Amino acid sequence: MLKRALHILTIITLFSISNLVAQEHHEEAKHETTSHQTENHSSEHNQHGEENLSLKDKIKKDIKHHLQDTHGFHITKGIEFPLPVILWDEGLHIFSSSKFHEGNGVVESNGKYYAISHGNGHIYRTDASGKIEHNEKGFETNKKPIDFSITKNVFMIMITGLLMFLLFSGLAKSYSKNGGIAKGPGRFLEPIILYIRDDIAIPNIGEKHYKKYMPYLLTIFFFIWFLNLFGLTPLGVNVTGNIAITVALALLTYLITTFTAKKDYWKHIFWMPGVPVLLRPFLALIELLGTIIKPFALTIRLYANMFAGHVVLMSIIGLIFLYKNLVGGGLSFLLAFALSLLELLVAALQAYIFTMLSALYFGAAVEEHEHEEAH
Amino acid sequence: MTIPSIIGGGLIVIGAGLGIGKIGGSAMDAIARQPEASGKIQTAMLIAAALIEGIGFAALFAS
Amino acid sequence: MDKLLNEFSVGLFFWQILLFVGLLLLLRKFAWKPILDAVNEREDNIKNALEGAERAKQEMLNLQADNEKILKEARAERDALLKDAREMKDNIINQAKEEAQIQANKLMEQTKVAIQNEKAKAISDMKKQMGELSVAIAEKVVKKELSDKEKQLQLVDQLLNEVTLN
Repeated sequence: MLKRALHILTIITLFSISNLVAQEHHEEAKHETTSHQTENHSSEHNQHGEENLSLKDKIKKDIKHHLQDTHGFHITKGIEFPLPVILWDEGLHIFSSSKFHEGNGVVESNGKYYAISHGNGHIYRTDASGKIEHNEKGFETNKKPIDFSITKNVFMIMITGLLMFLLFSGLAKSYSKNGGIAKGPGRFLEPIILYIRDDIAIPNIGEKHYKKYMPYLLTIFFFIWFLNLFGLTPLGVNVTGNIAITVALALLTYLITTFTAKKDYWKHIFWMPGVPVLLRPFLALIELLGTIIKPFALTIRLYANMFAGHVVLMSIIGLIFLYKNLVGGGLSFLLAFALSLLELLVAALQAYIFTMLSALYFGAAVEEHEHEEAH
Repeated sequence: MTIPSIIGGGLIVIGAGLGIGKIGGSAMDAIARQPEASGKIQTAMLIAAALIEGIGFAALFAS
Repeated sequence: MDKLLNEFSVGLFFWQILLFVGLLLLLRKFAWKPILDAVNEREDNIKNALEGAERAKQEMLNLQADNEKILKEARAERDALLKDAREMKDNIINQAKEEAQIQANKLMEQTKVAIQNEKAKAISDMKKQMGELSVAIAEKVVKKELSDKEKQLQLVDQLLNEVTLN
């Protein structure tokens, strides 16, 4: 079992490397053609897409590209699935993401021009030349349409959701079919479901209220875990390492905590019992701040862990191309392999911690203090 | 990235590392003393480490 | 922080919330509820089965104890019966012995009385016969006396000797 997992991991690591190489060539080729084709090349392209970039800068750019959410699903060299771009900018604009690869990277839709910023991968409204302005901090100042595109990350969320639905509804059906015994691929996940119930939900929320929160805890655990694992595949997706995703997840935890909280929870925030009355307003302030810091920490923790994991892993794979010799490359490969194993652990650990802390917050929200003065 | 923010980031990482290291060490001690409570200790350790980590990341991003 | 805000995509956030909540609701209805119900039911079943087994075991133990008790009682009863029988037998034997003794004694007594009677009768008979005999002897002697004096005397002596010898 372990041996097989190691084999698969080796293949994945090798494939990731080949993917990086392919992407490098691809980018190179693309920038060469675009720079030749158009005279009024955007400043964005001038900044990033020139031949005089060193290998190190190319690797940096590649890592950045990998971490970004993109319009279009880039698999490997020359294989890219276009995805629909949906913009709301004083009217609906729908076109295929493959249009960004035509011409100079500027797409005209209903009389407006759009281009992708290389800074953050978002779409901005530009003029016909595709020029994107930057302020002194390097942030884009062009008008930004609201981007409802099915991006790579949205696509992966859909895939993961579909996978989860098939897996778990199959597991659910197998119980009634087999007389209470799990069957099919879902049965490997049954112990995890039981673990979440017995070791995360019940100890933190309590026997009385835990049932209400089980669907959320299970969904969020498997959602984060699966997406983390997808992030380790060479598909180059970085869903859980995207700030918008983690903000959304933490916000859901925060909303559920707030709206299912019992009287005791609010009492402990605004008028802490067992504390001198003069101190209570200050404590209320701190507690109130705490309720906001908690989801913020959830957001940042998941984001930073996955983001940093990808950066480190990609950087070490990139080292192989910098060294270009057997010793350095070999060592980098071994290091990348070891880090992949570590990331496998981190993928599960971060899902676990997110679920655990969510359960902890829910537990605090429904906790009933029987001995008020004991605090 | 300015030099003060880099130094600040370093300090944050040192602080968070020390904190998490101490939690991990104490948890090891506790597990060695009471192996039967290892499950509970691990949970508590992870939560404490996660909280410190959260503060560390928040500070890192703020710097 | 500014960088994070710059990277924040409203569209992705929107899709994430929409898809996640949709997934949550779908899974809650079609997966988590049936799975948790099935698992709970299974656990209840296992618990019940274990309790049933425990109960059966207890019952078996009780039954065994009952059996033991019954066996013990039966044994005690048998012992009591045997003892009774033995006592009865002894009693009967003793009684029989006593009766036999009494009977024997009575017979002995009767026999003794009879013997005594017979003896007395025999003695009186003998006395009578002796008397007759002595009368007869005396007659014979008298007859002989009358024939020979010498001889008569002799006979008297002889008889006297005999008498003294007796």
